[in-house]
Amino acid sequence: MSTPNVTYHTIDGRNAGTWAVLIIFAVMAAIGFLAAMYMDHNGHWVTGMTNHVVWGLPIVVAIFLIVSSTGCLNVASIGSVFEKQPYKPFGRLAGITALAVQAGGLAMLVLDLGRNDRIITFVTNLNPTSIFSLNVFLYSGFFIFVIFYLWTMMDGKKMGHLYRPAALWAFIWRLILTTGSGSIFGFMVSRSAYHSTLVAPLFIALSMSFGLAMYVLVMLWLNASTGRKYPSPELLRRLRILLGILVGVSLYFVVIHHLTNYYTAERRDVEKFLLFGDNVYVPLLWVGFGLIGSVIPMALVLLPARTFGSAKISLGLASALVVFGGHCFMYAFVVGGEAFPVELFPGKIVSSSFGDGAIAHYAPSLPEWLLVIGGYGVTGLLITVVIWALPMLPSSFPSEADQKLH
Amino acid sequence: MSESFEVSRRALLGGAAAFTAATLAPGVVLYARSTSEPVTNAVRWGMLIDVNQCQAGCTACVDACNTEFGLISHGRPDTDPQWIRKVTVKDRDTGYTQSFPVMCQHCAHPPCVDVCPTGASFRRADGIVLINRHICVGCRYCEMACPYMARNFVHEDVTDQKPYAPRGKGTSEACTMCVHRVDAGRVPACVEACTAAGHATMLFGDLNDPNSEISKRVAAVKTSQIRSDLRTDPGVRYQGL
Ligand code: SF4
Ligand code: SF4
Repeated sequence: MSTPNVTYHTIDGRNAGTWAVLIIFAVMAAIGFLAAMYMDHNGHWVTGMTNHVVWGLPIVVAIFLIVSSTGCLNVASIGSVFEKQPYKPFGRLAGITALAVQAGGLAMLVLDLGRNDRIITFVTNLNPTSIFSLNVFLYSGFFIFVIFYLWTMMDGKKMGHLYRPAALWAFIWRLILTTGSGSIFGFMVSRSAYHSTLVAPLFIALSMSFGLAMYVLVMLWLNASTGRKYPSPELLRRLRILLGILVGVSLYFVVIHHLTNYYTAERRDVEKFLLFGDNVYVPLLWVGFGLIGSVIPMALVLLPARTFGSAKISLGLASALVVFGGHCFMYAFVVGGEAFPVELFPGKIVSSSFGDGAIAHYAPSLPEWLLVIGGYGVTGLLITVVIWALPMLPSSFPSEADQKLH
Repeated sequence: MSESFEVSRRALLGGAAAFTAATLAPGVVLYARSTSEPVTNAVRWGMLIDVNQCQAGCTACVDACNTEFGLISHGRPDTDPQWIRKVTVKDRDTGYTQSFPVMCQHCAHPPCVDVCPTGASFRRADGIVLINRHICVGCRYCEMACPYMARNFVHEDVTDQKPYAPRGKGTSEACTMCVHRVDAGRVPACVEACTAAGHATMLFGDLNDPNSEISKRVAAVKTSQIRSDLRTDPGVRYQGL
């Protein structure tokens, strides 16, 4: 039995607020779907994507969400794998948030395919050498493991004995999954910005901070909308420190990734482009991710809470900034890496009518922005529906004294 | 993709050996193969491009490809299809400049095939790398993974489809080495056009046959493959690069 002295509740389905939230998310999801239909009908020329920047904004955000989703599970894993009591009451919410965030990302990924009507070929014609196929397998596994893990959390009487093994499996799986997401890029020999063994560990580090930030935002949103006192003061204290550390680790990996590339002669050109070039990726990386998405949030959560008034508000603000910075990072990483020309003749000056040797231009179009809204709509809708239908939210906690023992 | 081009998947997936005439719809034939013998790895189709013979202003190969496959421009260079392109390469220090065609290199170890989640990208036993448009989901992973920028994505509805080379909105495409011609015993359209224009830049043939002209040439003169450091082992070789 996982958390004997915690009770859980659902949200009030008769509440007008609940309905309003549901409708907003449903409308967002529908907008995304319509945008995808529009792209399908006309072809991808109506997007900003081209033959050079083939993965645009929807893929950027999809990867951000898929990477983050594994980190959303942090709170559950810390409670069950690492036996930290203050986290335990929030394990259920962490599980469902992880699934919903991943589902939002996958929805976007699928809707952005040129032929999403053929999605079944991913299964019927699976090519085992493709990292993408591996990822499809990992995503499915993630859903199965997390749902099973949730089951062991929620049905302590029958399933309690499987709670820790399930937690451990979900934890191991999420590490493998993020390695898989990173490997989509890390194994790519064609693009000098990506091809690196550091990308997989980098993605794991990022998933930890982005995912925790996403989770905190969901928790604080529910706190505000249900009037509960989430998180408990002890958990709040711990979450602040945890977020600060994870953001620091992510920043460290990003710095190491770029330093390593910069010191590799063949990658120096692309690094100069990404770090110091005259393009949008430079401010996105330095200011968006580095300053706004890392340094400022670390200050917000690691400096004494009273510096900023409320510990909860500064944690929420820090999380929002981390999520914002995460989008900036992924955009600079994915699109920046594509914008830099594929090097057929390294060291030479190359030109052609097909963009050889030229920096590729990309600007997201309106349908792409709408598709992103749709992805977030799917995530929000799923969370709302599940917490409405199932008791996911803790109503009572173990006493603070209990928690301090652990 | 026009539904008239739907094909029984088995015809394409039956492996290279199944590349006999696959009837798609009345009068529409995919990868028509005039011979009854199967495609085998006894043959490796390849090309040799003599950079020194290529004329800077000439686009005969590009034009021939566009005509052969009905590739038209919509006035949107970033999304318009270009299966073969003329690339200009200039030495940074000396200013020495060369211009020559680049297309799918028909790699022996093609990254596009490795990454394709559905197996739509595949390599025939005779070395020609193709895309099965009927199972491609349009994920563009192959476009990302190709080190030669050889792949295109079909960004809009296609018109003027050729029965021997169906295309489809939302899928990837690239040079087929004119497999429909090769299987009928002819040379690719670009090679034919280059020769007709009086430039002996492009030579097509079987790299596995020691008596073929291409094999003799590559044995006699120094040739190279683009980005040979990546070990993709392209079937397209360059002389004078
Ligand atoms: S050149 Fe590109 S598309 Fe052609 S076989 Fe090689 S990797 Fe594939
Ligand atoms: S776009 Fe098509 S051919 Fe290319 S990797 Fe995706 S499914 Fe395969």
